[in-house]
Amino acid sequence: MTAFGKLIRTTAFRLTLVYLFLFALFAASLLAFFAWNTRRLITEQITITVNAETSEITAIYNRRGLRGLVSAVDGRALRPGANLYLVTTLAGRAIAGNVGSLAPGVMGTEGWSETGYRRLEDTDNADHRALVLVSQLDGGFRLLIGRDLEERRRLFGIVAKAAQWSILVVVVLGIGGGIFVSRRVLQRIDAMTGTTRRIMAGDLSGRLPVGRSGDELDRLAENLNAMLERIEALMAGLKEVSDNIAHDLKTPLTRLRNRAEEALAKSRCEPEYRAALERTIEESDGLIRTFNALLMIARAESGQARGNMDDFDAAEVAHGIHELYEPLAEEDGMTLRVKTAPAPVHGNRELISQALANLVENAIKYGKPVAGAQGSVVSMDARQILIEARREGTSVLLSVTDHGAGIPERDRKHAIERFVRLDSSRSQPGSGLGLSLASAVTILHGGELKLGDAHPGLAATLVIPARDGLAAPAQDVPQKVA
Amino acid sequence: MTATSPQMRLLIIEDDRESADYLVKAFREVGYVADLAGDGEEGLAMAEGGDYDVLVVDRMLPKRDGLSLIGALREKSNRTPVLILSALGQVDDRIKGLRAGGDDYLPKPYSFAELLARVEVLSRRNVGPVEETTYRVGDLELDRLSHRVARGKDELTLQPREFRLLEYLMKHAGQVVTRTMLLENVWDYHFDPQTNVIDVHISRLRSKIDKGFDRPLLHTIRGAGYMIRDGIR
Repeated sequence: MTAFGKLIRTTAFRLTLVYLFLFALFAASLLAFFAWNTRRLITEQITITVNAETSEITAIYNRRGLRGLVSAVDGRALRPGANLYLVTTLAGRAIAGNVGSLAPGVMGTEGWSETGYRRLEDTDNADHRALVLVSQLDGGFRLLIGRDLEERRRLFGIVAKAAQWSILVVVVLGIGGGIFVSRRVLQRIDAMTGTTRRIMAGDLSGRLPVGRSGDELDRLAENLNAMLERIEALMAGLKEVSDNIAHDLKTPLTRLRNRAEEALAKSRCEPEYRAALERTIEESDGLIRTFNALLMIARAESGQARGNMDDFDAAEVAHGIHELYEPLAEEDGMTLRVKTAPAPVHGNRELISQALANLVENAIKYGKPVAGAQGSVVSMDARQILIEARREGTSVLLSVTDHGAGIPERDRKHAIERFVRLDSSRSQPGSGLGLSLASAVTILHGGELKLGDAHPGLAATLVIPARDGLAAPAQDVPQKVA
Repeated sequence: MTATSPQMRLLIIEDDRESADYLVKAFREVGYVADLAGDGEEGLAMAEGGDYDVLVVDRMLPKRDGLSLIGALREKSNRTPVLILSALGQVDDRIKGLRAGGDDYLPKPYSFAELLARVEVLSRRNVGPVEETTYRVGDLELDRLSHRVARGKDELTLQPREFRLLEYLMKHAGQVVTRTMLLENVWDYHFDPQTNVIDVHISRLRSKIDKGFDRPLLHTIRGAGYMIRDGIR
């Protein structure tokens, strides 16, 4: 597209053209109104003057007869800038006045008419026009008095010329202004386009120029910049996640490959091959688990699991998970207890169960009491993990509390991120996705995962909005304790 | 692992040639008659014509997808048990698969042991539809109505969940039952615990039914799961 083509395609320019047309129309109609009114005024003036003179001269004729009439008409006709005068006999012969010729038939019709004429003293061939009044006098004479219309014509010329010029000026100014405004807009748009091209090419740090005027383009640029900010943050997050995925999937993949290679190179007998293959399968099962967890998080985060929601009591979930994990905790020397009050929610039972299961697994893995500073014997209470379900205001809380080392406050936000295993837990098996999945599940339900301090220990709480339409449970609702 | 005689007939409908060939070979090795169909239309025709004990159907197939194939079969009152294999492993996909008329759902990637265990359990259903009220394995007896469990003359006291666990194992006595199958059928959870939570429940159950008896009945099958059976057989 040529630069000019681009210019005339701008909105500003098109608007200018529309306004230009409207303004020209307005100017033209104003001038037309003015011209028409002036013309009417001049005609009125002429009519009054001619009427007055006609009655004056008729009076002179009536008083002083034909002689008086002729001398009065000739006297007047000789004055400079005089009106038109003509007196004819019944036969049509001119006997007084200053008119040389008239359009035929004018003298024959009484009353007002417009006609071409020539004065007696005129020598040129120019055509003049006049407005004339023909009246019948006693004795068969006819009197014509009229006034030249040159004045009216000149005035009309002036108005026409004014119209021409003013429209020309309006058009030139309008188009010029339009081009000026359009170019300014176009320059800013071009600057924006340039930036967006750079951004599209991959430079996400680019920002649109924002002027100081705070006009609509600046507001647009500000909003676009805010959007870019968000996109850049999302992209950075995505990159971090994919880096982490690459790392956490590549590491076991490498181990897997090394093992297979080693078995090929070194194994001599069947049991050795068998052992190597079994380890390989174990390793790939771990990979599959990690992969499944990642997919699940992705689904929860994108809200795809929203289809499978129903109404249930989170207390049942707490009891179910307690029942499933209680033997495992006991085997690990811990006590798993559950305490619930009615906690109605609307959600995906399977996902909430899994989130709670993850918290319990974490508590069993990491919630073992650390020897106190005094080196005191660890009490039974410290080996207790408590699953709790209850309603608090508009939220349902599903919490798992242990009395292990806990997570220092500064690490808590970090701990929820994908693949994060805090240094203290690196030696333990696990994908590092448990808390991220729990967090993704709560976010899917419009809640959040809270990590708190249990003095000592970790209190991890799934906060989920309570089901609507159910009042908070009364104080005396019996609590089920197992 | 032995398939119940007479020979079980299996139809595998899977478009990925390599995994299909692997499955056919693996099933034939354990004594199945395994046929193969490469697309949905062919699979439907073969399933209608042949008298199969179990169909293993991939969910995404050329020409006619797995779910519509199952729907067409069920519409014609063909009740052959169907196990759906799918790369879509999420809970809602599973529910969709079962609603379409599938009997079991196994997400890819799966272990052959898991697939085999599930196929055996499914085909059993085809053979004996009668639900017995009392299960017996050796001298272990479980009464499903009175919830009584006894081994020999000794009455055993089980927790409700232990009872359901034993009930499931005994219902499929002589068959391998995987940890995932237990989690799905006894606890109704479909997620993948990162810990050996099922093993602990089994060892608790084992201490109640096998401890103090000469002949263990509850066996661990390496790399697959568990099986309850009379050791002699």
